[in-house]
Amino acid sequence: MRTLIAGVCAAVLAGFAGPALAADEGACYVAGGLVHTDFALPHTAAAIERKHVSVVVLGSASSTLPGAEGAAKAYPARLQDSLSRRLGADVTVKVVARTKARDTASEMVKALRQVVADDKPDLVVWQTGTVDAMLGVDPDEFQAALGNGLDALHAGNADAVFVNMQYSPRTDSMISLGAYVDAMRFVALQREIPLFDRLGVMKDWNEMGVFDLSTATKKIDVAEKVHDCIGRMLARLVVDGAVLAKTNVTGAGNADVLNKDNH
Amino acid sequence: MPPAVPAGRDLRLDLFRGLALWLIFLDHIPSNMVSWVTIRNYGFSDATEIFVFISGYTAAFVYGREMDNRGFLVASARILKRTWQIYVAHIFLFVIYMAEIAYVAASFDNPLYSEEMGILNFLKQPDVTMVQAMLLKFKPANMDVLPLYIILLGGFPPMLWLLLRNATVALAASVTLYGLVWWFDWNFPAYPSGTWVFNPMAWQLLFVFGAWCALGGAQRLSKVARSQPVFWLAVGYLVFAFCITMTWYFPRLAGYVPRWFSEWMYPIDKTNLDVLRFAHFVALAILTLRYVPRDWAPLTWPVMRPAILCGQHSLEIFCLGVFLAFVGHFAMVEISDGIAMQVAISVLGIVVMVATAALISWYKNIEGKKAPRQATPNADLAGGEA
Repeated sequence: MRTLIAGVCAAVLAGFAGPALAADEGACYVAGGLVHTDFALPHTAAAIERKHVSVVVLGSASSTLPGAEGAAKAYPARLQDSLSRRLGADVTVKVVARTKARDTASEMVKALRQVVADDKPDLVVWQTGTVDAMLGVDPDEFQAALGNGLDALHAGNADAVFVNMQYSPRTDSMISLGAYVDAMRFVALQREIPLFDRLGVMKDWNEMGVFDLSTATKKIDVAEKVHDCIGRMLARLVVDGAVLAKTNVTGAGNADVLNKDNH
Repeated sequence: MPPAVPAGRDLRLDLFRGLALWLIFLDHIPSNMVSWVTIRNYGFSDATEIFVFISGYTAAFVYGREMDNRGFLVASARILKRTWQIYVAHIFLFVIYMAEIAYVAASFDNPLYSEEMGILNFLKQPDVTMVQAMLLKFKPANMDVLPLYIILLGGFPPMLWLLLRNATVALAASVTLYGLVWWFDWNFPAYPSGTWVFNPMAWQLLFVFGAWCALGGAQRLSKVARSQPVFWLAVGYLVFAFCITMTWYFPRLAGYVPRWFSEWMYPIDKTNLDVLRFAHFVALAILTLRYVPRDWAPLTWPVMRPAILCGQHSLEIFCLGVFLAFVGHFAMVEISDGIAMQVAISVLGIVVMVATAALISWYKNIEGKKAPRQATPNADLAGGEA
C-alpha cells in the first residue's frame, strides 16, 4: 500500500514539477533519461527539511573555468543558483568547490576525508575519472579508490553524487575513458549512488547541436553555457534524489517541501 | 610422436581474422554509431579474442611446420624476425599518434578542455615518452594490441617446442600461468602508471589455445565440440551473455539480475581475459564450427573475398586500421560528426583496407613469380601470416 501511495505521489509530483523544472533547464534539455536516478539522497533530503543544505563539489580542473569570473560561472556556482531556485527562498544552499587540477581519484580520497571533517557537508558531488584515464591508472585501483571515498562519506553522514568525465571530441581518440566510465557506473550501481553522466549528456548536446564542442576557440562563452547547463541538470538530479528519499520514507506530504518553486 | 601439422589452407581463418580486423577498426573510431554492429555490444568477448586466437592458430600452423622441418633454431629465428616487424610497425603507429597530439597541441584551444589537454604533457618530455614507448611501457589509446602480440610471439618459440613435443603438457602450462596471474595479480608495468591493458601473461592462454588447436587439438576436440549438448550449452551461454550485455545499455533491466550474481560476475575483466570472456569466445567458436565447415561453399564466393584478403595480410591491415581510425576521427572532428559522416568514414575505411590488402596480394604474387623456387615454405601460402 505504501509503495502504491508513494508511486501515485511521485507521479503527481512529476506532473507538477515538470513545467517548472523544464523552464529552469531551458536549452540544456537532453533527450531521454540521461539525467535520472533510482537512488535516494537521504541526508540531503533531511538537510532540506532543516532549511540548510551544505554541498561540496570535489573535482579536478574540469569542475572549474579559467579567468576572473571563472569561479562564479563554473558549474559548482551554477549548481548553487539552480538549487536555491528550486528549493525556494527559505532554504539556504551553500555549494563549496574543492578542486585541484591533476588529482587522481585516490589522491582525492585524502582530500575527501578532510572535506568531511572540515565542512561536514550533507552532499558531496564527486567529479573524477579524467586524470586517472590520462595517466592510465589501473582501473581496479581507480574502482577501489571510489569505494574508499564512498566509505569515508558514509562514515561522515554525507550523500554522494558521482560526476563522470567531460565529452571532449578533440581528445576522444587520445584518452581511453572506457574502463573508467564503466568503473564509475559499476560502483554507482553497486553502492546505490546517483551518477551524473556528464559524458553522455555532453555527447548528446554535441550530437543535437545544442553546443558545438569541437571548435577551437579562446572565447569562454560556450564553456560558460555548458557549465551553466551542467549546474542546472545536476540540481535536477539532486532534487530528484532528495524527493526519492522522502517518498521512500514518508510518502508525499513532506516531499512538497522540496518543490517550493511550484507553489 | 609429434602431432601432424595439417596441410592446406583454411580460408575460415583468413575470413574471420579479416572480419575481426574490420570490427577492430570500427571500434577504434570514437563515438562511431556504426560500431553498434560489432560483436562486443552483444556479448562478453570482442574482436580481440578472435584476432589473438587465430594469430596463435596460424603461428603454430606456419612455424610448427618450420620447426618440424628445419629445427628449433631456424623456426625461432623466423618467429623473432616476425616479432621485430611487428615492433617496428608499432613504433610507426606511435609516431603517427605523436604527430596527431602535437597537431592538436598546436591548433586546438578551448577553455572547456584545459583538463583534457593534460594529455599533451607527454610532448613536454619527449625523451621520457619516446623511451617509454620503445620499452612498450607507454602505450597510447588504442595501441595496446600490437604490444600484446609482440610479447606473445616473442615468447612463442619455447612454447611451440613444447607444443610439438607434448601438446597436453604445453596447454596445461599455459593454463597454469593463467591461473597464477589471477592468483598473484601479475602484470607488466606501464607508463606513466598502472599496468598493461591487455595482460600478455593472461592473454597467452587464448594464443596457446589457438596454437594447440592448430596442432591437432581441434581434431581431438571436434567430437565434443560437435555434440548436441555442447552445442545447446554454447547457445544458452551466448543468449545469457546477450541478456547481460543488454542490461549495460538499458540500466532499468539491471534490476532483473540478482545482486549476488552481479557481485560474483562483475567486473568482467578484459585486462586479464576473464573466464567469462574466454567461454564466450569458445561458445562462438563452437557455433562457427557447426555452421561454417572447412569446405563451406560461400568461402569461395567473391563476396567473401574482401574479408579473406584482409585476413591474409593481418599485420599490414591491422596497422592501417589503427591509422585509418585516427584519420577518420580527425575528419569527424574537422568536418562533421553527423551519422552520415560516421557511416561514410566506416565504409570508406573498410574499402581502403580491402584495396590495400588486394594491392599487397598482387605485389606478393609478382614477387613470387620472380623467385619461384623459394626454399622456405611461405607463410602466406600456408594459411595467412602468423
